[in-house]
Amino acid sequence: MKYSAHSFLGLFISLVIVGIGVEPGQPAQAEETKIKVGLMLPYTGTYAKLGNAITNGFKLAVAEQGGKLGGRPIEFFTVDDESNPAKAPENASKLIKRDAVDVLVGTVHSGVALAMTKVARDNKALLIIPNAGADEITGPLCAPTIFRTSFSAWQSAYAMGKVMLERGHKKVVTLSWKYSFGEQSVAGFKEAFEQGGGKVVKEMYLPFPQVEFQSYLTEIAALKPDAVFVFFAGAGAVKFVKDYAAAGLKDSIPLYGPGFLTDGTLEAQGDAAQGLITTLHYADGLNTPKDNAFREAYQKEYHELPDVYAVQGYDAAQLLSAGLTAVNGDISQRDELIKAMASTTLDSPRGTVTFSKAHNPVQDIYLREVDGSQNKVIGVAVKALADPARGCRM
Amino acid sequence: MDLVTFLIQLLNGLQYGLLLFLVASGLTLIFGIMGIINLAHGSFYMIGAYLAFSLSTLTGNLFTAILLGIVLSAVLGIILEWLLISRLYHRDHLEQVLLTYGLILIFEALRSILVGDDVHSIAIPAILNHSIPLTDTLSYPVYRIFISMVCLILAGLMYGVIQRTRLGMMIRAGASNREMVQSLGINIQLVYRLVFAMGFTLAAFAGMLAAPISSVYPGMGDQVLIICFVVVVIGGIGSVWGALVAALLIGLVDTFSKVFFPELAGITVYLLMAMVLLWRPEGLFRMT
Repeated sequence: MKYSAHSFLGLFISLVIVGIGVEPGQPAQAEETKIKVGLMLPYTGTYAKLGNAITNGFKLAVAEQGGKLGGRPIEFFTVDDESNPAKAPENASKLIKRDAVDVLVGTVHSGVALAMTKVARDNKALLIIPNAGADEITGPLCAPTIFRTSFSAWQSAYAMGKVMLERGHKKVVTLSWKYSFGEQSVAGFKEAFEQGGGKVVKEMYLPFPQVEFQSYLTEIAALKPDAVFVFFAGAGAVKFVKDYAAAGLKDSIPLYGPGFLTDGTLEAQGDAAQGLITTLHYADGLNTPKDNAFREAYQKEYHELPDVYAVQGYDAAQLLSAGLTAVNGDISQRDELIKAMASTTLDSPRGTVTFSKAHNPVQDIYLREVDGSQNKVIGVAVKALADPARGCRM
Repeated sequence: MDLVTFLIQLLNGLQYGLLLFLVASGLTLIFGIMGIINLAHGSFYMIGAYLAFSLSTLTGNLFTAILLGIVLSAVLGIILEWLLISRLYHRDHLEQVLLTYGLILIFEALRSILVGDDVHSIAIPAILNHSIPLTDTLSYPVYRIFISMVCLILAGLMYGVIQRTRLGMMIRAGASNREMVQSLGINIQLVYRLVFAMGFTLAAFAGMLAAPISSVYPGMGDQVLIICFVVVVIGGIGSVWGALVAALLIGLVDTFSKVFFPELAGITVYLLMAMVLLWRPEGLFRMT
C-alpha cells in the first residue's frame, strides 16, 4: 500500500483536531455567605499528582479552620486544566465569568499559569498561583490582584549559584531543557555564579521534553568542568540522574541543580541520586513544630507524606485566610483584602514567608542532600531570598 | 572535537538509532502491511514498559518478566485486533485515527487506575549492570550495548521471516492484494491478526527492553509516537529494511546536530524528513 506525505499531513491535522472536552464545574449551590474558590489545576496527565497535592494542601488548611476561611464557608469550583495552555484562557474565563468565583487558584504548568494571569489581569480577578514558577508572573505581568505562594524560577537557581561558588567550583557546564523555565533557571544560576567570579564554560540545551542525554554526557566528559548545573524535573530528571551515574560521571564531576531534580521521584532514582545536593524552598527533616504538625495532619488525612506542592497549596489557603480575616470575611472590600494579603507573614511549614512588592514569596532557600528517599535539609543556602521582580511596575 | 569523542558520539548515534528501530519496526508492519494508521503505537510501547515494571516486581527478574510480557502482549494484540481493529480495514483513515486515538485515552486512564501516576524505575539485571570505561571520565553502560545487540538480531529475524518464510510470503501478498490472496484460499483474516499481534508485541517488547534505562512514567508513549512515524515515513512505509536505515540515519543526525548545531537540534530530524519526502515521496525504500 502506498502512503505519501499527503496522508502523513492528514494524520497531523487529525491529531490537532481531536481533543478532549472539558468537564464542567460542579453546579452552584446558591448561598450568599459562601466564598467561591475556583481551583484550576491539573487532575489528569503528567502533573495530576501535583494538582492533587495542591488541592489536598488547600483543603487541609480550610478543614483546620472548620471548613471556613476568615469565618466564611468555602465553596469549591473545580476544573481540570489538563496542563494545556491552549484551553487555559477559556477555562479561566469560565470560572471567573460563568461561575463568578471570588478567587481563582492555579496552576502547575507555567504556560497555563501565564494564560490565567492574563485573564485575571483583564478581569481584575483575584488569582493565587500555588506552583508555576515563570519569572514573568511576578515580573512584567505582575498585578495587585495576583499572588504566588510557590517560587520563581530565578529563586532556587540563584541560590544554587551561591552554593556552588562556596563549594569551590570555578568552571561549570549547564544543561537544561530548552523552554522558558529551564532557560530562566540557568539565567538565575549564571547571574549569581558569574557575579561571584565563576565561569559558565558551556550552556547546553536539549529540546523539551526529549530524554536522550547520551551525546550531552559525552560532551560533559570531554569538557571536564569542575561541576555541572542542570534543571530537569519529573520523569526526565529520573532518567538524567540515572544516565549521569551510569556514564561514570557522578564520582568525577559533581552534579547540582534546583530541587525539582530530586523532588517526588527519589524512589525511582534509587542509588544514582544518593548524595546529590540541591536547593529548594522546602526540605525533609526541617523539624520545626509547624512543619511537624502539618506533616502529621496531612498524613492522617490523606495517608501519604506531604511534598512541596502540598505546602504551596496549604499556603495558598493560608494567604487567602489572612486577607479574609482582615476584612471580616467581606470580600467586597477588595483593596483592604489585597493590602492585608500583601503584608501578611505566613507561618508556613517551610518557615516564615512574607511577600515581595510583586507578590512573590520572600523565603529561605534550603540546601538539601539526598539521603535514602528523602531530601534532607543540611543548611540554608540563602536566607529570606526575594525575587528581583524585573520589569514589574507596581 | 578529538577522534575519541567523535567515535563515542558515533556510538551514541548508532545506539539511539537501533533503539528507535526497535520501537518503529512494529509500526511499519501495522501501517505498511495492514494500512492502519495506528496512533496507539506509543501506548503499546507504554504497556510494554509497565508490563516489565509490574511483572519484574512480581517475579523479581527482568528476563522472566520480559518472557511473560511477550506472551501477554501477543495475546493482548490478538484480542485487540479481533475486537476492534478488524472492523477498520475497509474504513477510511479518519475513522482509524479516531479509534486508535480513543485507545490512547483508554490505555492512559487504565494505566492511571491500575498503576498510578508515579514515576517508577526498573533495576538493570545484575549481570548487565556494569559500565565499560571509555575515557578517564566517561564510561558506557553495558545494558545499552546489550539493547543494540538485541535490536540487530531482531532486525535480522524480521527480515528473514518476511523474506524467506511462507508466512512472510502470505504477509507480503496480503499487503499488495487482499482479495487475490483470499481467493487463493489463504485465511487473510488470520494473517492480519498475526501481523497486528506481531506489531503490538514488537512495540511492547521495545518498551520492556527500554524500561530500565528510560524509567516508566505517564505519557511515555506520546514521546515515541511521532518519532516512530518519522522513521516509518523516511524509511518507506512497510519496509523493515527501510525502517532500520531510517532509524540509524535519524539516530546519527539527531546526535551530531546536538553536538554541532545545538540551536537546531529540535528540528533537524523533521528537516531530514521533509528533504527525503521532497526527493522520494514514498520514502527511501519500497515495501519489501
